[in-house]
Amino acid sequence: MALLGPNGAGKTSTVETLEGLRAPSAGRVRVLGLDPISERSRLVADIGVMLQQGGVYPVMTPDQALRLFAAYYADPLDPADLLERLGLAEVAATPWRRLSGGEQQRLSLALALVGRPRVLFLDEPTAGVDVHGRATIREVIAEQASQGVTILLTTHEMAEAEAVADRVAIIHRGRLAVSGTMDELTSGGVRFGAPAGLDVGNLSAALGATVIETVPGSYAIDADTSGSLVGDLAGWLASRGLSLSDLRSGASLEDAYRAVVGELALAEASVDRGLSGRPATSGRRRRR
Amino acid sequence: MKALLAQTRAEVTMTLRRGETLLLTLGIPLLLLVFFSEVRILPTPGIASVDLVTPGILALAIMSTSMVSLGIATGFERGYGVLERLGVTPLGRGRLLAAKMLAIVAIEVLQALCIVAVGLLLGWHPTGGLTGGLVAAAACLLGSVAFGGLGLAMAGRLRAEVNLAAANGLYLVLLLLGGMVVPLKSLPVGIRSVAEVLPAAALSSTLHEAIGPVSGYTGCWIVLVVWGLGAPLLAVATFRFRGD
Repeated sequence: MALLGPNGAGKTSTVETLEGLRAPSAGRVRVLGLDPISERSRLVADIGVMLQQGGVYPVMTPDQALRLFAAYYADPLDPADLLERLGLAEVAATPWRRLSGGEQQRLSLALALVGRPRVLFLDEPTAGVDVHGRATIREVIAEQASQGVTILLTTHEMAEAEAVADRVAIIHRGRLAVSGTMDELTSGGVRFGAPAGLDVGNLSAALGATVIETVPGSYAIDADTSGSLVGDLAGWLASRGLSLSDLRSGASLEDAYRAVVGELALAEASVDRGLSGRPATSGRRRRR
Repeated sequence: MKALLAQTRAEVTMTLRRGETLLLTLGIPLLLLVFFSEVRILPTPGIASVDLVTPGILALAIMSTSMVSLGIATGFERGYGVLERLGVTPLGRGRLLAAKMLAIVAIEVLQALCIVAVGLLLGWHPTGGLTGGLVAAAACLLGSVAFGGLGLAMAGRLRAEVNLAAANGLYLVLLLLGGMVVPLKSLPVGIRSVAEVLPAAALSSTLHEAIGPVSGYTGCWIVLVVWGLGAPLLAVATFRFRGD
């Protein structure tokens, strides 16, 4: 599950509350049926934690840190195998403080995995990681998920959430705004790419459905995919000598995210201005 | 038990590999021991300097390790998020603290062996026999708990860099006011009465009384016991595992 939200939305606070590092200000928190604070000693054996940053002795090498953490657990993974899997074998003897940001993140992930957790909490696992490192981290996350490990990760990157998550929760100002499967959040509508600045009024009339330009060069049609719609669209563009690119049904996660967060921000702005009534919404079409 | 042993070993190894810590916990005490034993800056009639200085240097070594070394390291570990991270492993906070205490004891035993050996080489004649040795060990243990509590109380509240400066500053003040190299009776009366309620003077006086040629001031054991109980309680009440 990917936890998304703007800066300050409460992603890290949520994760830390689940890990037992922060007491809930209201409500009840259970992880694997256990209270993360009062039953911490039972829970910690089954969870793996990757903090947003730090968490490792700066003087320790990946090899030393993994062997130390392995000693905390009853049936740990082999530290040497983990170093190899996370691409850290070459820097196994380099102190943490001299590792690159990406290597530090991969070591943090290795430390979260060493105890064979049933639940993994990953707070921005690919922040500051290069392309190769990201691929490694995503592969490992996918492997863990396929083995039945529950994973909660926070991220700012929609592409990452789309790549690894089955479910998405979007939070805004400490409240859950939307939660659902990736399909639920990205269904509906048709998206396409074409040169910027199309006459969307004319196109809407031609297609019999509302078309908006979400960002320059990207368009959304408020209709389900059908053969005739696609044919009409292609014909309309062809008659003007324009090319069609990136045609797909459904919104991208980024569109869905922008719609939810933008709508909430707009609603708050309306309340701030003392306006009454629910703000006009066009769901996923709205941009902030 | 596996986790506790591994953590203790890691704590000892990291401490002994820090050059600045070795300088503080072994280098400076041994340097002061040799210097004040050989250079008669503060002569006390009828008493060899080394007999007067060695118990005080033992007290200094305890303070260096329990308050300064432990406090500074813990402050930075808190700042780096290490304490927070270890709190969500099966090691837990209790065993982390136990490992730190065991590591401190191991290092202080090493310090004591070095200081006693150098003291004997310089002609130190400890008094009190076996009983004196046991009483001195008890005083060191109590002093270690008191200074450890003080070090952790600062490390648990102050930002790592501020804690570093505060621990070093307090170390210098307590070194001068603690009867460790400068005898308490050399201090002006007003300053001396303040010094006598501080843990440094209490520890050095109890050690002087146990294995040295002079007796401690009245109430030094009471002061040491009060700090030995109060400082750790203060640390427990105020300590924050999360970084700032």
